[in-house]
Amino acid sequence: MNDELRELYQDVIIEHSKRPRNFRRLGDAARKADGYNPLCGDTVTVYLTLDGDRVQDVSFQGHGCAISTASASVMTETLKGKTREEAERIFRTFHDLVTGRRGDDADPAALGKLAVFAGVNEFPARVKCATLCWHTARAALDGRDEPVSTE
Amino acid sequence: MRRAQNVLSLPTSPAEPPGFDVQRIRQDFPILAQSVHGKPLVYLDNAASAQKPRAVIDAVARFDATDYANIHRGVHTLSQRATEAFEAARDAVQRFLNAGDRKEIIFVRGTTEGINLVAHSYARTVLNLGDEIVISAMEHHSNIVPWQMVCRERGAVLRVIPMNDAGELSLDAYEKLLGPRTRLVAVVHVSNALGTINPLPEMIALAHRRGIPVLVDGAQAVPHVAVDVQALDCDFYAFSGHKLYGPSGVGVLYGKAARLDAMPPYQGGGEMISAVTFEKTFYKGLPAKFEAGTPNITGVVGLGAAIDYVTRVGLDAIGAYEHGLLRYATEQLERMPQVRIIGTAREKAGVVSFIIDGIHPHDIGTILDHEGVAVRTGHHCAQPVMQRFQVPATTRASFAFYNTPAEIDVLIAGIRKVLEVFA
Repeated sequence: MNDELRELYQDVIIEHSKRPRNFRRLGDAARKADGYNPLCGDTVTVYLTLDGDRVQDVSFQGHGCAISTASASVMTETLKGKTREEAERIFRTFHDLVTGRRGDDADPAALGKLAVFAGVNEFPARVKCATLCWHTARAALDGRDEPVSTE
Repeated sequence: MRRAQNVLSLPTSPAEPPGFDVQRIRQDFPILAQSVHGKPLVYLDNAASAQKPRAVIDAVARFDATDYANIHRGVHTLSQRATEAFEAARDAVQRFLNAGDRKEIIFVRGTTEGINLVAHSYARTVLNLGDEIVISAMEHHSNIVPWQMVCRERGAVLRVIPMNDAGELSLDAYEKLLGPRTRLVAVVHVSNALGTINPLPEMIALAHRRGIPVLVDGAQAVPHVAVDVQALDCDFYAFSGHKLYGPSGVGVLYGKAARLDAMPPYQGGGEMISAVTFEKTFYKGLPAKFEAGTPNITGVVGLGAAIDYVTRVGLDAIGAYEHGLLRYATEQLERMPQVRIIGTAREKAGVVSFIIDGIHPHDIGTILDHEGVAVRTGHHCAQPVMQRFQVPATTRASFAFYNTPAEIDVLIAGIRKVLEVFA
């Protein structure tokens, strides 16, 4: 396997795609949002509960490729306990990472485990795989009902 | 031109019919002699769009450089030359389909527009509340959505011929669907997602016995099997240039003259009229009635060149060679226990669709791309087919007569790599 491909399919990503964390639905009290990528048929539903302004619990369900499943899995680990504002900042930094842009307020250290997705920026066709769950989580945070689509 | 021999060292192919020299054919397709991610390109996405031979590329360039002008209008020399080239392509299509009359050949943008033309100018004018259109479970979206739209508008009902687990239509179920309210059967000749070749002669005979016309979506069929619309006796047959080694944005609708004559125009505009006043317009006859506006002139010329090229190679030889490729690929994939082939009909052409348990097609596609192998991953614009087989998507390798058994070996090695990554 060449380096670019190894960078994309890191062990952490493969592992999370096979054994996604927080892969379940939350109770009726949770906010939820659906995401859909009509190009590939990937679907994701993100559930979350808030404690004031802070994400108390977050989970997801759906089906998709290794990148999208691993991204959602790592996202749920990352978001737990974060405030809305922190979540928004992490999403922006993550988005810059996978699209190969570096924003002014980029702080790679803040990404923690999310840094394993850096390889995605070499694969423009796969960026939406990594970001669909994040757009969906943002919709759930905002309490938006309409499904999120990548197109 | 760089020779294609740097691409692969070929085993003697059991698939090659006598007189069929795939290495010489590969040299006709300049795009094939390149590397992708440092690996020789293995282009197995022909069902999405096929590559163009030098003959088409040159014909298009030559026409634009020497003969181009608008057609059917000018008295000047270029317009006459352009008109001759355009109408020569119509003759080529007529011969290619063995249509009875050249005016039965309507140039459109592609299969999709051909089907929409029939939905608009035929179905919409004959459908009444409660009437029915019959399609099949393996249709491409382009042979579903136009009928849904017209059914909704007219209060008609879409009925669907079911298929078995191999991806074969049930003729018994089909016959039962044909009733007094059936106004049209619209069915695919070769399935783009499964490769199934449908039994058109039987299906068309069953419909005609009840006086029901039949439209055939031939987009995936014309590159692989010789089509004779008179022998088939279909009422309409649509196909696209870009799957037949020609340009995109151009295609053909064949229709029986009596059917087309009875239909109102699809679009209004220039070219399709014989006289216009503000009170009334007189339409031209066939085929101009259905060719409003300046068409894709260069595209039509390119399509004519593609048909000439394919005819020179010979569709029988092409079909036999590709069948060997398909059989070889199927055998190789069947040896891998992790792989499940979707679409195992007895009669197939050009396509092998498969899934690997626990590995998403997009991951397969990305890893194969890094091996230089271009395949299609996704739902292939046939979501109901995916639903029927309860898979979100498949990986599809589709073959052209410039592919080789050695390229299939590269595909198989790539799949082994996928299995390693996800081991």
